[in-house]
Amino acid sequence: MAVQTHRWRLAWLLVAVGVLVLVVLASVAVGTRSIPVGTVLDALVHPSATEDAHAVVRSLRVPRTVVGLLAGAALGLAGAVMQGVTRNPLADPGLLGVSAGASFALVLGISVLGLTGPVAYVWFAFAGAAVASVLVYGLGAIGSGGATPVKLALAGAAITAFLLSMTTAMLLLDQRTLDEYRFWSVGSVAGRDPDLIAQLGPFFAVGALLALAAGPVLNSLALGDDVARSLGRRIGLARVTAAVSVVLLVGAATALAGPIGFVGLTIPHVARAITGTDYRWVLPWSMVLAPMLLLGSDVIGRVVARPGELQVGIVTAVIGAPFFVMLVRQRRLAEL
Amino acid sequence: MTRTAQAHHTLAAEGLTLAYDKVEVTRDLSLEIPTGQVTCIVGANACGKSTLLRALARLLRPASGTVLLDGQRIQSLPTKEVATRLGILPQTPVAPEGITVADLVSRGRHPHQTWLRQWSDRDRSVVAEAMRVTGTLELAERPVDELSGGQRQRAWIAMALAQDTDLMLLDEPTTYLDLAHQIDVLDLLVDLNRRHGRTVVLVLHDLNQAARYSDHLVAMKAGAVVAAGPPAEVITEELVAEVFGLSCRVVVDEVSGTPLVLPIGRHHAAVPS
Amino acid sequence: MTTVVRTASVTGVLAVTGFAAFCVSISVGELRVPLTDVVPAIFGAGDPAAQFVVGELRLPRALAAVLVGAAFGLSGAVFQSLARNPLASPDIIGISSGASAAAVFGIVVLGWSGNGLVLLSLLGALVTAALVYALAWKQGASSYRLVLVGVGVAAALAAVTSYLLTKAQIYDVQEAVVWLTGSLNGRLWSDVRPLGLAMLVLVPMVLLLTPSLRLLQLGDETATGLGLHVERARLLLVLVAVALAAGATAAAGPVAFVAFVSAPIARRLVSSPLAIVPAALVGAVLMLVADLVARELLGTVELPVGIVTGIVGAPYLLWLLARSNRIGSGG
Repeated sequence: MAVQTHRWRLAWLLVAVGVLVLVVLASVAVGTRSIPVGTVLDALVHPSATEDAHAVVRSLRVPRTVVGLLAGAALGLAGAVMQGVTRNPLADPGLLGVSAGASFALVLGISVLGLTGPVAYVWFAFAGAAVASVLVYGLGAIGSGGATPVKLALAGAAITAFLLSMTTAMLLLDQRTLDEYRFWSVGSVAGRDPDLIAQLGPFFAVGALLALAAGPVLNSLALGDDVARSLGRRIGLARVTAAVSVVLLVGAATALAGPIGFVGLTIPHVARAITGTDYRWVLPWSMVLAPMLLLGSDVIGRVVARPGELQVGIVTAVIGAPFFVMLVRQRRLAEL
Repeated sequence: MTRTAQAHHTLAAEGLTLAYDKVEVTRDLSLEIPTGQVTCIVGANACGKSTLLRALARLLRPASGTVLLDGQRIQSLPTKEVATRLGILPQTPVAPEGITVADLVSRGRHPHQTWLRQWSDRDRSVVAEAMRVTGTLELAERPVDELSGGQRQRAWIAMALAQDTDLMLLDEPTTYLDLAHQIDVLDLLVDLNRRHGRTVVLVLHDLNQAARYSDHLVAMKAGAVVAAGPPAEVITEELVAEVFGLSCRVVVDEVSGTPLVLPIGRHHAAVPS
Repeated sequence: MTTVVRTASVTGVLAVTGFAAFCVSISVGELRVPLTDVVPAIFGAGDPAAQFVVGELRLPRALAAVLVGAAFGLSGAVFQSLARNPLASPDIIGISSGASAAAVFGIVVLGWSGNGLVLLSLLGALVTAALVYALAWKQGASSYRLVLVGVGVAAALAAVTSYLLTKAQIYDVQEAVVWLTGSLNGRLWSDVRPLGLAMLVLVPMVLLLTPSLRLLQLGDETATGLGLHVERARLLLVLVAVALAAGATAAAGPVAFVAFVSAPIARRLVSSPLAIVPAALVGAVLMLVADLVARELLGTVELPVGIVTGIVGAPYLLWLLARSNRIGSGG
């Protein structure tokens, strides 16, 4: 499916968006409770305060669909940016220490400061993610050459391990926190306060804009630092901008939905398999494919375990992994 | 480099059909590499010369046909045994980060080492000599990835030399080298041939160097051998036109007495032809 | 200083440091055994109380730390060389996640502990590694495919593990988290013996395969040209590295950070792209020191060693990273 010309690529991308729209509709229409499609449409267009089903659709399904869309798009974009900037196909947004930072700050907040409630969680997690990434970036930039891909990766892995250890220490010493944390750490899009979603919106928006704008720079970086410089790219600035966009996107996504792995790492590979190595296309494709996976998994999670549900973090990996493995086997995945 | 016995190994291709991912590169190609001579394989880009070299060195499994080393199918011989008779320097070798020149060159001794006999004086002296003749002795403790392109290439050639094989196959060994070093390397290879009787097979992109340095010249086009023989016989204006699509004049090289190709391009032609 | 000389001196220093850490580890604890009495106590002389504590409790635990650390260090060094990627570690082939999923299943669903759990986690690790290798096999297992398939399988197994943790009783969850972090608590001779025997076989195999690894680092073509059976060598190396990592994980849980970090530290100390024996020693020293800290830091509560390896190993790696003046040096 090697798409060559711009028009073809655009057409296929629009097809993908179309599929995403279908998934979104499914996410609103399907759930642990069977609600007929007509009622769903009514709930969206002519909501009635008394109808129970309408409440389910508006206050449960729509928010979680929005969260799934935002978090998915953010993770997919961030993953593609990370792999482009580090020139490493194993790079994952968590590499900058984002998830580890969020978890650490969250656990610190709950066990030491006695935080409760989603609002406090979200901002603490976001702050933790941001601080951890700054730390990783700063440490990776020490020494000659600045924040080269390898040093960044190693610094990120080291800080992640450090924070993970601290987090586990706190969890083991405080059972109550462990009990709360284990549910957050699985990753879920359910029950998120719409106000919160709105507040985090700007972060998603800015992060996405920075990321999408980075397409041409990432293409140059892929040719190596020297060639990129000779093409007029400011490497340091590019890396910092990329890091900022990743932190904004993944920080917001993790704060909102908990640490969801796998998506950021594997979706860019799928995008590259479809559209090649041009980052101006890989980025939007990642942005569309990732929520497809996330929302699709959420829908399945709602259906498969009725009357309960499986959290999205679990289903995404369990479903995504076989598809990903099949893809790895079938195609020679474009190296970067 | 002293050798205790003059062993001569033979190499030939018979009916070789080579393909990458179902795309055929050569079909039914037969070629005998003259023992004890310097052979150069030339041709335009993508004519199959590198592919042929790799197949001769058993790096590529032929779709049909065989490569014969000393009359035996090369695929049937233990690979380490092959490595004591035949060495290849591929076009873009990979060096792990941080490896020193001395470390790289010493890895060339692997085919001569066994579990019981790991690192001997002979290994040491061969490695030292290999580094001396390639001018890399003073670079011994430097990391290969910090060297210039030319220095790096010489380090790899030293590794091939350390392998100390009777048959030496080199794929474009003069890339990245400045002219002086190119001539150094080619002269060195001729030394190995004249003094120690080694059979050298080179893929070269420079036709005039190939003309000067080879005893036997093989010209390829589109996966087939178009001509093979002494350079004076093979290099003609018609052949250059056919193989390279280039019009030229062939004169005698004043310095070496071998054919010299003077290309005729669109500019700089003294007399319009 | 040549590579050989530097390797030898670094190995020497690490060995001495390891021995010192070993002795301190045996000396320190609720019953303090003076350093001078450590060696006699190991060999059955001196104070009977010290003999018991040393012989039955401290010695096996210290030995476990050495063996597990060395096994992880070796395994990590081999995987990183094979994958040619500094981010690689045995978890890429799914060992940690397989062992974890099996162990958590054992703790939460079956209610097992002790030897049964060890066997279960070993089984989980080996089955997962075999699965990943099989799925990555397509006329040979390219490093790239292996890594990607490993990532996918590991993610799926991690999801299963998370799911089990959400469904379990909180006490089981605690026990599971301790296992998942990596712990040497309560390791006795019965735990050390199997791993020790396995290492007696596996370590010489790694040493014998080191020349092959050295060649594989030069790329498949050059390695073949130098007479190496590339696929066979790679398979053997993967098998040995998997066995080492699986054994170590079964004995102490997935202290994967040791596998990840020992080799880069060793390589930087030796300034060479291959530092197998130093990597094993770095791993052993790291585990010994971490276990000592884990035992003593909080006085009454023994932390699982996995927590400390992260806290100790990470800053050291970062320091080495910052010190290194080479642009993009590959770890």
